[in-house]
Amino acid sequence: MKPPAAGCRFHAGAYVVKCKERDADSILLALHRVQIGCERVTDQTGNRGPMKRYSAFAIAREALRQHTGWGRAWAARTPRRKYDVVIVGAGGHGLATAYYLGRNFGITNVAILEKGWLGGGNTGRNTTIIRSNYLQDPSAAIYEKSRSLYETMSQDLNYNVMFSPRGVIMLAQTQAEVRGYKRTAHANALQGVTTEWIGPDRVKELCPIMNIDGPRYPVLGGLYQARGGTARHDAVAWGYARACSDMGMDVIQQCEVTGVRQTGGKVVGVTTTKGDIDCDKLGLVVAGHSGVLAQMAGFRLPIESVALQALVSEPIKPCMDIVVMANTVHGYMSQSDKGEMVIGGGTDGYNNYTQRGSFHHIEETVRALVETFPMISRLKMLRQWGGIVDVTGDRSPILSKTPVDGVFVNCGWGTGGFKAIPGSGWAMAELMAKGQSPLTDEFSMFRFREGKFIDESVAAGVAH
Amino acid sequence: MLTLHCPYCGVAADETDLHAGGQAHLKREGPDASDDAFEDYLFMRENPKGVHFERWRHVYGCGKWFYAARCTATLEVFGTYPAQTTEPPQDIRDKITAKRPGWAWGAFK
Ligand SMILES: Cc1cc2nc3c(=O)[nH]c(=O)nc-3n(C[C@H](O)[C@H](O)[C@H](O)COP(=O)(O)OP(=O)(O)OC[C@H]3O[C@@H](n4cnc5c(N)ncnc54)[C@H](O)[C@@H]3O)c2cc1C
Ligand SMILES: [Zn+2]
Repeated sequence: MKPPAAGCRFHAGAYVVKCKERDADSILLALHRVQIGCERVTDQTGNRGPMKRYSAFAIAREALRQHTGWGRAWAARTPRRKYDVVIVGAGGHGLATAYYLGRNFGITNVAILEKGWLGGGNTGRNTTIIRSNYLQDPSAAIYEKSRSLYETMSQDLNYNVMFSPRGVIMLAQTQAEVRGYKRTAHANALQGVTTEWIGPDRVKELCPIMNIDGPRYPVLGGLYQARGGTARHDAVAWGYARACSDMGMDVIQQCEVTGVRQTGGKVVGVTTTKGDIDCDKLGLVVAGHSGVLAQMAGFRLPIESVALQALVSEPIKPCMDIVVMANTVHGYMSQSDKGEMVIGGGTDGYNNYTQRGSFHHIEETVRALVETFPMISRLKMLRQWGGIVDVTGDRSPILSKTPVDGVFVNCGWGTGGFKAIPGSGWAMAELMAKGQSPLTDEFSMFRFREGKFIDESVAAGVAH
Repeated sequence: MLTLHCPYCGVAADETDLHAGGQAHLKREGPDASDDAFEDYLFMRENPKGVHFERWRHVYGCGKWFYAARCTATLEVFGTYPAQTTEPPQDIRDKITAKRPGWAWGAFK
């Protein structure tokens, strides 16, 4: 690469995009690249450059020039002194909150602070099941909003998140589950969420590799959501980060929040490993670390952090084009596009921050699944990992104001928040921008005190 | 696998022989308690990254409840003690202090 041309505005540190100039800029930028062979404009120093659209045309264009023209998807920035809004945690929920603050409310003076790397928490560790067949009305509202946003997420973000609505079945293997899922199917019908109760023959038809006559837990039917499915978890985080960066927001990695500063009961900023940062509003969106951040802000949450594990097998030929969850035996499985069988189970029973779970839970999960899917008994498992999930008493999330003025929390998604990322971001942004959102009203952290639980624990058993 | 020493029967019990019972030393509230205190007792939980006190039951052993002091950040076990107490005994506190100077948990230090 040749040295940058002197005085080139694409290389000037203070270059800031103005939206209306962007189209003109991309033409200038293309010329600029051709002229000096410059590889990237948004570089590590945090220069702001226009985002280039991904398209079939872009791939063809880059193919012709050895892929030298791809820019960075998001800029690495150093924090400024002050922002209107600081979001702690660059997982899916934090990034989606920031994205909708910008997109729906025009609030773009926002920083998203991440102690590790983008999506390195549960967002990059989950088994990516997306569904909205919950029992209670407030849940159905936010999860279905979310599922519907997944339908167009790739287009909205111009980033392929590989949303694959391949269908999700939740197996009923006891009479209690049969009753429970029929009830949920009826509730979903009233809520306008499309699900159906299906019998064992239909289950077998949808998933031929399943043994429905298991000796311990025969399959009695299932709750089927045809538009449920999976998506690429990293891509969700990356797509939002790119869109946030493009709106001028600062996504700052390796920046751990170590304190919450307040005066007179109102937040004024945070202390971080990269210095103090001031803000008017603060969103705590840190999943397993919610208790830690709440403690910094001086309040407690009805949350406990426990390990949840998942594992994947060696890749095999396509054999299962649907997601199956077996809640009685605590196991669920789908096949990734790479061919790996993606398997998850239940949480450990005790508080833990190590992202490492107990081996016997994996053993239990696999043992249970082998009974229902005998063909996996000779599969080799490739990788296993854990994440720290934030579990509330009623297994429903918290999207709420807090006892500290200007501090908001979005947490408690526990074992099942990947599916909720866009809907949660949408709702949380409204709550933070306007102080109220119809989607979050019922999810206040003060609901426990009033006994207004949103009890999904009975309905879901395992709530991924 | 997590292994805890049962303070009653003295065996080193594997996690599969035990049942986790959540936060230890909850202060139970009665009907005349304030709403705040009652909410705290029923729903709010200590969730520290570090020193933590828990209830465990030796379910496939002697069947009794006991307490454990653990570190949730490293999974180190500081010690276990019988459940007939409302606060961690001094020797356990000393052991924790030797390894985690300046620790605090709820009302205990
Ligand atoms: C094994 C496993 C399987 C799962 N399967 C499913 C599933 O199939 N379907 C589903 O819907 N959900 C599933 N989940 C749950 C889902 O992953 C989570 O609910 C969701 O990803 C939470 O997203 P988040 O953005 O809130 O948290 P995270 O992605 O964990 O992001 C929080 C971020 O905050 C950062 N952070 C923490 N403390 C600080 C600090 N002091 N300063 C700065 N940053 C900080 C962390 O580093 C982290 O990156 C699963 C979870 C696990 C662990
Ligand atoms: Zn014992």
